Amino acid sequence: MFESLSLLTLQQYWWIIVSLLASILVFLMFVQGGQTLLYRIGKTDMERTMILNSTGRKWDLTFTTLVTFGGAFFASFPLFYSTSFGGAYWVWMAILFAFIVQAVSYEYRTKPENFLGKKTYEGFLFANGLLGTILIGTAVGTFFNGSLFSVNKTNLTNMGNNAISSWETPWHGLEAVLNWHNVALGLAVFFLARILASLYFLNNIDDATLRERCVKQVKINTIPFLVFFLAFVAYLLIKDGFAYDETGKVFMEPYKYLHNFLAMPIVLVLFLAGVVLVLLSIYKGWFQASRKAIWFGGIGTVLTVFSLFLIAGFNHTAYYPSTFNLQHSLTIENSSSSKYTLVAMSYVSLFVPFVIAYIYKVWKSINNKPITKEEMENETHVY
Amino acid sequence: MTQFDFSLIDWSRAQFALTAMYHWIFVPLTLGLGFIVAIMESLYVRTGNPEWKRITKFWMTLFGINFAIGVATGIILEFEFGTNWSNYSWFVGDIFGAPLAIEGILAFFLEATFIAVMFFGWNKVSKKFHLLSTWLVAIGANISALWILVANAWMQLPEGMKFNPATARNEMQNFWDVLLSPMAVSKFLHTITSAYTLSALVVIGIACWFLLKKREYAFVKKSVLIAAVFGLLASIMTAITGDFSAKVIAEHQPMKFASFEGLYEGKTGAPLVAFGILKDAKDTTAPYKKDFAMKIQLPKMLSILANGDANSYVPGIKDLMEGNAEQNILPVDEKIARGKIAIEALAAYKNAQQANDTIAQAKAKEQLDANFKYFGYGYFQQHKNLLVPNIGITFYSFHIMVGLGFYFIAFFILMLLLVYKEKLLKYRWVFYLALVNIPLAYIASQAGWVTAEMGRQPWVIQDLMPTLAAVSRLDTNAVIVTFILFALIFTTLLIAELKIMCKQIKIGPKH
Repeated sequence: MFESLSLLTLQQYWWIIVSLLASILVFLMFVQGGQTLLYRIGKTDMERTMILNSTGRKWDLTFTTLVTFGGAFFASFPLFYSTSFGGAYWVWMAILFAFIVQAVSYEYRTKPENFLGKKTYEGFLFANGLLGTILIGTAVGTFFNGSLFSVNKTNLTNMGNNAISSWETPWHGLEAVLNWHNVALGLAVFFLARILASLYFLNNIDDATLRERCVKQVKINTIPFLVFFLAFVAYLLIKDGFAYDETGKVFMEPYKYLHNFLAMPIVLVLFLAGVVLVLLSIYKGWFQASRKAIWFGGIGTVLTVFSLFLIAGFNHTAYYPSTFNLQHSLTIENSSSSKYTLVAMSYVSLFVPFVIAYIYKVWKSINNKPITKEEMENETHVY
Repeated sequence: MTQFDFSLIDWSRAQFALTAMYHWIFVPLTLGLGFIVAIMESLYVRTGNPEWKRITKFWMTLFGINFAIGVATGIILEFEFGTNWSNYSWFVGDIFGAPLAIEGILAFFLEATFIAVMFFGWNKVSKKFHLLSTWLVAIGANISALWILVANAWMQLPEGMKFNPATARNEMQNFWDVLLSPMAVSKFLHTITSAYTLSALVVIGIACWFLLKKREYAFVKKSVLIAAVFGLLASIMTAITGDFSAKVIAEHQPMKFASFEGLYEGKTGAPLVAFGILKDAKDTTAPYKKDFAMKIQLPKMLSILANGDANSYVPGIKDLMEGNAEQNILPVDEKIARGKIAIEALAAYKNAQQANDTIAQAKAKEQLDANFKYFGYGYFQQHKNLLVPNIGITFYSFHIMVGLGFYFIAFFILMLLLVYKEKLLKYRWVFYLALVNIPLAYIASQAGWVTAEMGRQPWVIQDLMPTLAAVSRLDTNAVIVTFILFALIFTTLLIAELKIMCKQIKIGPKH
């Protein structure tokens, strides 16, 4: 079935899968957003327990999506993996440290004799929420603004400095925070995660006091989210982008990302639909304290991020540009796995709908009743 | 000619070893305890006896504590292939990345999704759906082990691929060769059965602690019975798969096999050193050479272990370094020379590719294909002694692993006999023995990992890419800083885990 597809089609198929995983990851980062709101929404021990049991039943899905996103990127575009991870070392390490401390914090936070104390684990969760969202958003920002790296496969034949990919600044990724456009995306993701978390709590926690505070948080976080998101999108549409021609030569094209939207109207529709749904979810959360708002926000987030990834990699666009040497930029065509591997992986991807189906089934069975104080008092396994 | 930065290579290796070994503290218990808990819950669902539910929930609590830190230490490993081994990620990403992605799609989501039901679903879903979830978590964990071990096995025995000079990487040719290579099969089976053995020892050890405290006899008896049967089957399978694994290693990684035994000179009908103490041979021409201060040998057993034939030849380190024409073994000098030709041919190919010179490309490719088998040796022109792994570490870790493995079989038989004859309470020393077995199980498990990975050195991909050519171009100080941070964080989390675990054990099964 997949064998008959061209290499380019397979590369596009895998860029779609990577984009989809990235967009689901950003939606699921409501867990991270919720962790940063622990003391904003939860004023008592019981309230904080309800909040962390709400996000705690989903944290491993976010975590797994991140790991699968990494694995899928490795399998389909290994040159990105070797260039970005081995180069932007500090950014990726900071993200990883933030996720290491998250994994144990839920399980250990309320356990007796937990060595570090409840507050420390809550601090870990806050750090994960803050750094995880901002840094991942900032790292994705470099997809549109470029990084200082070089790629030379002939280096493999050197005796000594034989690294194929090299980062051409000693800051190893930290320099990304000096670009306001990258940071704007990071902060937009951070505030969006807090909005989605508030909407998720409206859906998943049955407590009048908490609901009021969640609505308040929707209001508080909407303003900075809109400022950073709109600034990011506005500049994205007017900035020069990293295009490449039929020979693979990379060049700067004015209004490249705007052109990409116009050249792929379906992507533009997805993007607009996503933004409208996110705004609608905010409206429903803000004015109606609606339990269903999270679904609009979730679908909207997935569509928006998905379409942003598509304009980063489709329509002859270098998705990981090198500002050190434009010709070293990574495109879906020059950084992918071989056709054989992409075909083999494509068969595995047929399992994805099945995975989504059982996640949905389990999500429904666990979330069929909102969390209440009574449940927290009677439940045998509480975070 | 620039030189390799050995301090960067060593620190990068140290960091990967640190994170892998920490991860491997927690994973075996997850792999085995998942099934033990699933068996216990199955008995609860089948009999309706609430005592089984109480027992299940107790072990499930310990499973959860262990699982969380296993996840925490695991995420870093996947990304470290990129962060610290960037050349490796490109050179073999076309093959190595696929199992990692499949692991995520097929295994991690299974675990992550159903673990929520396992812990929070007791009052939310039916008994049968809950039981199914518990089984799926255990199966998911083991499927995840399958894929990462397939990837690891491929590093030891690279098959099912072809090097493409145009892209300067290995490209997959046959997925099934990668998945079903004898190394992958033996490594997976040996690793998971050893993990089940460890889990059974942990369960029995903790159960016997309750006996020392004169608590929970009914709980202990049930737990010990399940764990001893599970452990005996697993430990026997560990021995069988270990034998299979040894034969595969002897065939494909003869240097690694020779270093297991500290075998310097090859022999026909080679004896196996059952116990030995190494000393430096002080041979300046062969600094890696070790002698034995003392040893106890089993005649011809090494030949049987390697080839299933008591009179077969087992090459030693000297044969593999200096060559042995009679046994058709090339000296490493020759392999290095051929590797150098392969590397130079790749450089010539890339130059011809840039110049669009198809004739020169074809000529270079021909030369590369003829010598590619030795590609990795080309990096050792000035460092050929590095082609021998650390004999001391490999020898001792191998012997500790094997010795403890056989001891565990005897222990499980003893425990089953005591349960069968209703004499579990009679011998107090057995309780202490069971307790001591917990750290011994972890020592054996870590020793196994050290044997496999230290014995693989200097290769990251056997014969094709050494660690020194795989490393990311980073500042050594950056890797030292992250190494220290990992050491501090993981050690802190380990202490937390142990304290929480001990407290939960003291609390015991809840009524």
